[in-house]
Amino acid sequence: MSADALFASIAVATGVLVRRALSHLRYDAATLENKINATLPQTQCGLCGYAGCRPYARAIATGLAGINRCPPGGEAGIEKLSRLLKINTTSLDTSRGVTKARAIAVIDEVHCIGCTLCIQACPVDAILGAAKQMHTVLSRDCTGCELCIPPCPVDCIDMRPLPAGIH
Amino acid sequence: MRKLFGFHGGIHPPAHKTESTVRPIIHAPLPSRLVLPLKQHAGEAAIPSVQVGDHVLKGQTVGTPASKMSAAIHAPTSGTVIAIERHAVPSANAHSDVCIIIETDGKDQAIDFTPFPFAEKTRAEVLDHLQAMGVVGLGGAVFPSAAKLSADHGQPIHTLVINGSECEPYISCDSMLMRERPDAVVNGVAFLQHLCDARDVIIAIEDNKPEALAAMETAVKQHGGGFQIVTLPTMYPSGGAKQLIKLLTNIEVPGGRHAPEYGVQCFNSGTAYSIFRAIALGEPVMTRIITVTGNVRTPQNYEACLGMSFRELLNLAVEESNTDGHIVGGPLMGYRIDSPDMPLVKAANCIIATSKKLFPPAQPALPCIRCGQCVEACPADLLPHDMYWHAKAKNLERAADYSVRDCIECGACNYVCPSRIPLSQYFKKAKVELAVQAKENAFADASRQRFEQREQRLARYESEHTVSLAGDTHKAPTGASDDETALKNAAVQAALSRARARRTSSS
Repeated sequence: MSADALFASIAVATGVLVRRALSHLRYDAATLENKINATLPQTQCGLCGYAGCRPYARAIATGLAGINRCPPGGEAGIEKLSRLLKINTTSLDTSRGVTKARAIAVIDEVHCIGCTLCIQACPVDAILGAAKQMHTVLSRDCTGCELCIPPCPVDCIDMRPLPAGIH
Repeated sequence: MRKLFGFHGGIHPPAHKTESTVRPIIHAPLPSRLVLPLKQHAGEAAIPSVQVGDHVLKGQTVGTPASKMSAAIHAPTSGTVIAIERHAVPSANAHSDVCIIIETDGKDQAIDFTPFPFAEKTRAEVLDHLQAMGVVGLGGAVFPSAAKLSADHGQPIHTLVINGSECEPYISCDSMLMRERPDAVVNGVAFLQHLCDARDVIIAIEDNKPEALAAMETAVKQHGGGFQIVTLPTMYPSGGAKQLIKLLTNIEVPGGRHAPEYGVQCFNSGTAYSIFRAIALGEPVMTRIITVTGNVRTPQNYEACLGMSFRELLNLAVEESNTDGHIVGGPLMGYRIDSPDMPLVKAANCIIATSKKLFPPAQPALPCIRCGQCVEACPADLLPHDMYWHAKAKNLERAADYSVRDCIECGACNYVCPSRIPLSQYFKKAKVELAVQAKENAFADASRQRFEQREQRLARYESEHTVSLAGDTHKAPTGASDDETALKNAAVQAALSRARARRTSSS
């Protein structure tokens, strides 16, 4: 066997090994993202600065974001993340928001003009209605993200404490 | 004699049962007011079927079952519904719940109770009847009996265990029931045997209740159903369902599994009695027998209307003036309540008035020295000292790894702990938190799914939109002139300001 052929086969073998190792790494990043996402409360409020829980999970998994940017998760959430990632806990970044008890959005149906803006804003499709028809919140599915409040042109959405019977 | 197999752990606390067993069961007088919680069972609360102002008769359904995992609630006497509102109910965490409040009229007028034609009905019809009669397990968990009997575990039941162990100190309601009304209990057992289609029936009673044993033995002989009565050595907690099954059959039901999966079904003797009344007499569960004991002059068992306040019961037994608190249930598994102004519910088998002499105040807990006595006492074969470590550190996952969910909260570990650590309190709390966490996780999973489905939908719209735009290159954009747009915008603004004005004026 000539030296060229030897080098070529070594190069190919190394390439295969590196590829495999990399695919393993990618696989790990994806599972880590899933694990982190499973820890996040799925409020989808975007207070962390990302467009939902999964993008934030991705940012944590790739080292782009700290674990203290999720107000709905609160200190308990930070502790869970620190345990998962085996890193130290940090206190919640309150510039992102403060932890509140879970509340649900309630539309004042007398004043709703049926503009559908809240429906478009809801990240979990928990608002029901159609153009020029009254809208209502499916309280069982509302995560309390408050994203429907700013777009409402008539300020007819309020956050109310969780009624009994809805966990 | 049946061979007994024993179970791990257990303790021998002083029984304190003789105080309340020297007097017969007395019918408590009708109270002037009854508070009936809509949730007196595991599962979903009943739905009120009466309205404020309605006149109700004894035995009338006032709450209908909300689902399979629910049971009906009945008026224990005649009277008028004066309110349906939240009221303090007996619970470990000072809970209030929606209750139907009835002002009784003293006439005790009843609906017609007609015996249920058991032999002519299908099994499903009998179970529906039991649910409509509000029959729930009276052993403590108040699990709806119909739901328990209808669950399919893919396994025929070979053994029916009737739990008359009543192993917890102070409580004597089952013992007195078996002593005074053994025939009714045995007939109830026969109905249960039929419903379970069980070959063997074992009635288990601890040897510290010789009168109950004798009465039940006579009743079983007279009945001729071939039920076996087994005398258990007195040991706490031999009345725990899994412990009792292990003791009698040597079947060890693993954590997270249920006895019927192994061919064994277990019912409390009080439940058998309710089933007898529901079928043979057509009477719903309107009363229960409760032991009123502790720091009272005449400790005894009362058959009282559900909804009667504990305070009235304590007055009947003449509470001593130096009483400093009350426990609902036994001293090991029961809980303290702030005030006895709470209604008697299906689950309440005992109320104990406490005094400094009977229940000396708890000494401060000392650090765990890992002596392992709790491990030896634990009837569920757990490692309480390790679970305590993790539960205290709020590391729920680790506590769950040590099977804290399998803790039966019997309190045997607290009893033996030389450092007087209230171990089972930590486990109770951890179990509740784990259950809450499981619910939250389920909600988060559902939210994630909704979020992801929405993202997919939006992406699909986006791609469809691009495709349709590409196909319509020759079409001009909408032909609204600037004037028209301005007019439209003005109209929208006017509508918005009108809506705002309406809202501010109304609020």
